[in-house]
Amino acid sequence: MFGAGGGTSSYREVEDSEVILLWGSNAREAHPIYFHRVLKALRKGAKLFVIDPRRTASAEFADLWLGLDIGTDIALANAIAREIINANLHDLTFIKRATTGFKKFKESVDWYTLERAELITGIPGDAIKELAHSYANAKTAQILWTLGITEHHNAVENVLSLCNLALLTGHIGRWGSGLVPLRGQNNVQGGGDMGALPDKLPGFQDITDDNARRKFELIYETKINPKPGLHLTLMFEAMHRNELRALYVIGENPAQSEADAKSARKALSQLDTLIVQDIFLTRTAEMADVVFPASVGWAESDGTVTSSERRVQRVRPAVKSISSTKDDLDIIVGLADRLGANWPARRPEQVWDEIRALSPMHAGMSYERLDNGPGLQWPCPTTQHPGTEYLHGWLWEKDLEGHQAAPFSVTVHEGPKEHLNPEYPLRLTTGRVLDSFNTGVQSRNYPSPIRTGQTIDLNAIDAEAIGISDGEIVKVSSKRGSIKMTAKVVENLPTGLVFSTFHFPEIADINLLTNDHWDLKSGTSEFKASAVRIDKFVDEVTI
Amino acid sequence: MTKPLSIRTVVTVAEATAIDAVAKQAEVLIRSDRVVRGGLSRIKESRSFLLPALHALQSESGWISPGGVRYISELLQVSEAEIYGVATFYDLFRTDRPIESDYLAHVCVDPLCSMTGSEELLTDLKKNGQESERSACLGLCANAPAVFFQGKQCPDYAMADGDLGPSLQTISKGDQLLKRVGRIDPTSLSSYKNSGGYEALSIAIKMGPAAVIDLVTESGLTGRGGAGFPTGAKWAAVAAESTDVKYIVANADESEPGTFKDRVIMESDPFALIEAMTIAGVTVGAKTGWIYIRAEYPLAIQRVTMALAKARHSNLLGHNILDTDYSFDIEVRKGAGAYICGEETALFSSIEGYRGEPRSKPPYPTTSGLFGRPTVVNNPETLINVLEILTGGVTKYKSQGTPKSPGTKLYCVSGDVHEPGLYEAEFGIKINELISLAGGPTSATQAVLLGGAAGSLVEPEHFNLPLSAEATQSHGVSLGSGAVMVLGEQVNILDVIIRVAEFFKNESCGQCVPCRIGTMRQHEQLLQIKQTIDVERPNIELLRDIGNAMSDASICGLGHTASTAVQSAISSGLIWGSND
Repeated sequence: MFGAGGGTSSYREVEDSEVILLWGSNAREAHPIYFHRVLKALRKGAKLFVIDPRRTASAEFADLWLGLDIGTDIALANAIAREIINANLHDLTFIKRATTGFKKFKESVDWYTLERAELITGIPGDAIKELAHSYANAKTAQILWTLGITEHHNAVENVLSLCNLALLTGHIGRWGSGLVPLRGQNNVQGGGDMGALPDKLPGFQDITDDNARRKFELIYETKINPKPGLHLTLMFEAMHRNELRALYVIGENPAQSEADAKSARKALSQLDTLIVQDIFLTRTAEMADVVFPASVGWAESDGTVTSSERRVQRVRPAVKSISSTKDDLDIIVGLADRLGANWPARRPEQVWDEIRALSPMHAGMSYERLDNGPGLQWPCPTTQHPGTEYLHGWLWEKDLEGHQAAPFSVTVHEGPKEHLNPEYPLRLTTGRVLDSFNTGVQSRNYPSPIRTGQTIDLNAIDAEAIGISDGEIVKVSSKRGSIKMTAKVVENLPTGLVFSTFHFPEIADINLLTNDHWDLKSGTSEFKASAVRIDKFVDEVTI
Repeated sequence: MTKPLSIRTVVTVAEATAIDAVAKQAEVLIRSDRVVRGGLSRIKESRSFLLPALHALQSESGWISPGGVRYISELLQVSEAEIYGVATFYDLFRTDRPIESDYLAHVCVDPLCSMTGSEELLTDLKKNGQESERSACLGLCANAPAVFFQGKQCPDYAMADGDLGPSLQTISKGDQLLKRVGRIDPTSLSSYKNSGGYEALSIAIKMGPAAVIDLVTESGLTGRGGAGFPTGAKWAAVAAESTDVKYIVANADESEPGTFKDRVIMESDPFALIEAMTIAGVTVGAKTGWIYIRAEYPLAIQRVTMALAKARHSNLLGHNILDTDYSFDIEVRKGAGAYICGEETALFSSIEGYRGEPRSKPPYPTTSGLFGRPTVVNNPETLINVLEILTGGVTKYKSQGTPKSPGTKLYCVSGDVHEPGLYEAEFGIKINELISLAGGPTSATQAVLLGGAAGSLVEPEHFNLPLSAEATQSHGVSLGSGAVMVLGEQVNILDVIIRVAEFFKNESCGQCVPCRIGTMRQHEQLLQIKQTIDVERPNIELLRDIGNAMSDASICGLGHTASTAVQSAISSGLIWGSND
């Protein structure tokens, strides 16, 4: 079905795209290896549009950078859609055969004229028009996005508004055309595929589906609760309400990575039991009752990982883990043993074969096949199946090969939850830089020649209005708290927007300021849009 | 001499203004608050403005200042490291320190000028406080010793510009290719028209492209740069390409030591080159032409630029020339002191804003030339032959010269003759006839260096050799660009050969190993031989090996011919007595 949880295209397809929309992503810094493929495409003559509030390092390669206001992505996408329809550049044959809901969608975007979009997004109408025409007229085109789309209170609607553009133009289900969310780690995709989602069993099988559940119950020899569980944000709410009393955290550092970190730490401290399994003693681990020291997944473990292009690859230990640590699998199996369960699958290949028996999309991927090639891309239902380079090829088949037609979604511009006001007049957004990783747990102990630490970046006009200069210590405040930071005057931000990374919580704990409004559908917080103020620093401020 | 430098990293207003004047139109980034236009394709298009921008900076500041480089980098979105890579490639760009006074004198030390005392001139200039440098051939061989003055905030000039007196005018004799030289006002379009100018273009337009290509093919015209490729075949190949963007390039980077024919044409008959290029453009379907002129020819650049403006004004260039459907215009690009840029693919790289390094062939320019487009590249002499063919007819044209080398050729005679200069004569003229034409030898001639530094030494017993492609080839030498350097009895041939080797060492672009290392070792070996000639037998085998490696394995013609003169000197026995 259209809407399965994975990028539609293989990495190398972007090299054959004529038009690339990089939307809410600074791939050059955050996905530098993948960005090489984008560069190859550019050298072959592809056109790159970068849609980002900041003129990022990626945007420096763009044929056109469009600096929209934070949180106006839906207005922009809908205006592009309207322009494509009005200029008659949409693919009506494709729409009729492969989609549903076009009429309603068309009506819903009609409000988003170029003039209105310009007012909402801040981008000149003719630039929006140029993008719309380029995208629609290209033979092949991809939309790539990352957290600039998903770290909003309306993340799912943002994604759906991009999907609409692909359905409108038929830029989906073909080589070089597709929708590509870039993942942040080598195995984020694998985590979702394996059922680390509150409402899914491995292989994206619905937990509310009786048949699916029965299949798992037969092998697991236990009853599975048909009620979907809680996602991360709901877990924290349940912790605040003292309903959730025990938490087992594997490879995550919510004490520093959650929006409104102060409140997150309070929730963690209220727990009866906190178990943390990690390769480092993170800030969260410091709060734990029990810490399981784990060995390193990519260097010391045996098993598989799954990349953003749905490719399952074998990993093998390259170095021996230190003696006081254990493999994640051994820790979990050991814990199960102590709890009296006697799991038959104890080794990586046994676990994998269990997955293959339960998840049809993985059924054809034997260790033998994975060992003897560059991995396989799901779906791969049989051992003869070559794997699937891009998804949704069926959209182009006459009878859709029995699939349900892909639905257009009506999306409505809303803007960030936290409004700017005279007290907090600046928009704060956060992001990543090349040489650091997330909260810095894995990267801060290594030196880097290009590391400049954590600053609050703003443009010269804002700096002058506040009366601060480059390098000055300032106080940055939101409704949730204040921190001391070093100001950096930069050229790549429009007026009213300030930026910081969150890699150095030990220098400046930026997530004390960020906004925990979250998306009801995905559970992701609106890290990308908080309202803040910046003041000259005076000593009595408590940090 | 190691005065500490105060490096300015900020561009001065004057530098920025000078750079803007030539390159602002190519600015890559178009910024507004919320939209920035840029991208690799714009960067690629703008890059051809790098060379003009560097010239503007050098001329304004007397060097490629760090602040200026930063400014150009921002303007054209080319990294500063890349800009330095390009700037350091060329002799006329200084990246270490500015020219101190108004002018830097470049004194030619190639064989001809050395024979006439250029080293002494260099010493004198320095003694008088004139900042001076040794230079490769400046194309003023008939007026040796030659000096080129590179200006800082002053126009460049060379010693033959006429303002130093009529005696420095190059003697030029000929009644076809040179029929207008010295007889018309080169700055006047009507003077050109009154002596038959633009008749050929009218004929070509009336005939149509296919017929012109047939005519040029039938005439047997071959390239006059040295390689001798049939011009008709080249034009036909480009005409057959279906793309709508094609180029005509006039290779006026005449840098082969001893050669000055194209300079004379451009200085004294610039409209002829423009007319011939227009005919080429109309014929093969190109709308843009480029004339790449070496910077050491300031008068030629000035005359051609002025002639282009006049031709444009009279509807002989631009849209719908002569009210036809044809459109054609020409841009001038100035070289910056690099012999290798006379190699056609290196010339393309130079125009495109890269280091002037040759490319591997194939693909040939006819399919992938300038900016990767089908390109006709000819030198000025070749091009103006087309005018003679169109106005005089093929029969008359072919009645001259030899059956395999029809027409006339421009010979640049220099050295120990009474009247060094440019002589037009039919193909097949013998060396001794040519020497007589130039007033005869001033002393007993030891040898003639035929074809410039890339050419060969010919001894007097072979002076009845007819100068045609086929005769020179069967004698194992090459006519090359038409340079005929006459070496009299007082000349030390070994010194000439050492200077030739030094020239190649300096001019090798360094891209391919055989040439980069080979030219260096060849020069080193010859210097060593000179020092030990009295006590040791020269290691001729080693020189042969180096020469073979270079001619077998180099990418381009420079490496292929870098040992030709040395080898000919050895095998003719002109240096160290005997050949083995």
